[in-house]
Amino acid sequence: MSIALVPLAFLMWGVTYPSRALPMLAPGIERLPSWAVTYLRLAGPAALAALAAVNCLLTSDKPPRLLIGIEPVAVGVCVLVVARTRLLLPGVAAAVLVVAVTRAMGVAA
Amino acid sequence: MSGATPATTTTAGASDAVGESRRQLTRDGLAIAAYALPVGLVFGLTALQAHYSFLDVLANSTIALAGGAQFAAAGLVKDGASWLAIAGVVALINARHLLYSAAIAPYATAQSRRERAVMAHFLTDETFALALAHFRRIGRFERRGYWIAAMAIFVPWTIGSCLGYVVGGAVDTTRLGLDIAFPAAMAGLSLGMVSGRRDAAAALGAVVVAVPVGLAAGASLGLVAGALLGPCFGLAVPPSPHEESSAPETPEPSSEAGLP
Repeated sequence: MSIALVPLAFLMWGVTYPSRALPMLAPGIERLPSWAVTYLRLAGPAALAALAAVNCLLTSDKPPRLLIGIEPVAVGVCVLVVARTRLLLPGVAAAVLVVAVTRAMGVAA
Repeated sequence: MSGATPATTTTAGASDAVGESRRQLTRDGLAIAAYALPVGLVFGLTALQAHYSFLDVLANSTIALAGGAQFAAAGLVKDGASWLAIAGVVALINARHLLYSAAIAPYATAQSRRERAVMAHFLTDETFALALAHFRRIGRFERRGYWIAAMAIFVPWTIGSCLGYVVGGAVDTTRLGLDIAFPAAMAGLSLGMVSGRRDAAAALGAVVVAVPVGLAAGASLGLVAGALLGPCFGLAVPPSPHEESSAPETPEPSSEAGLP
């Protein structure tokens, strides 16, 4: 069994652990300028939104092209469901259902 | 004898308060666990599509223990991004943990450095949300409470990830539409973190940057550009009233999403 990505897990730990540990182990380090605190808080939603966008709006070709298909619609459905329920799982389930049904009907590739 | 009675009563009262708070913590933790398990399943499926091995999945969920960032890394691995780019995106996504750690730190000053170092590994969104609420209710640190909070996410997340990987291998993920689970989960998670107009501007700004840069220079660069520049859009708009009072003690974790 491959363990090729186990070192990546350690690398991810290496860049995550300092954020989790430094304020607890070195008090005072959290006294960042307010704009920096705000930037850190905004980085989460920004990074995840960018990730969703490149994965549902761009093809996997090199170079990528704009994706026209059921995928952006399904992600939009997920966003609507999550906005309404504040729960991730029903949103993901709805998106999967939209894609599965349209593919089964031959409407989507 | 009469002098001992109030003290005994007070001690018993404090013990009751801790017990009641711990029961509340356990109930809340079970709710999160019930949600983390199926979301872990989705991660397992995503990892399968990115050609992880079972051990890779297990290592990711136990060593990195960073749900949203794990999804991000899986997407980048699938796109063939460099590990440096993956590390940068993971660091950026998880930078919010600085705020969580800073909020927990005042409660943990009496704990040994070694214990705090171990605690930090498990300081996820959910651990933070559950533990801080518990500490606030009882007015102090409580070791057992912290570990109940930590295990409420660590155990179901790890089990869910492994199950998702194993089950996913037995089905046609594309025919079932499961390939959309990853971008849908990312969009939903992003929305779960939006609690004001600055968050919304940051998320939308990231999309506005990521797509054209991705078209011009590749998906990985588009992602990194969106993640780095998106927050600047958020900083450029005036904060919502509750965002103005945002302090290190009151970051809003994405615990509703059910991810570490």
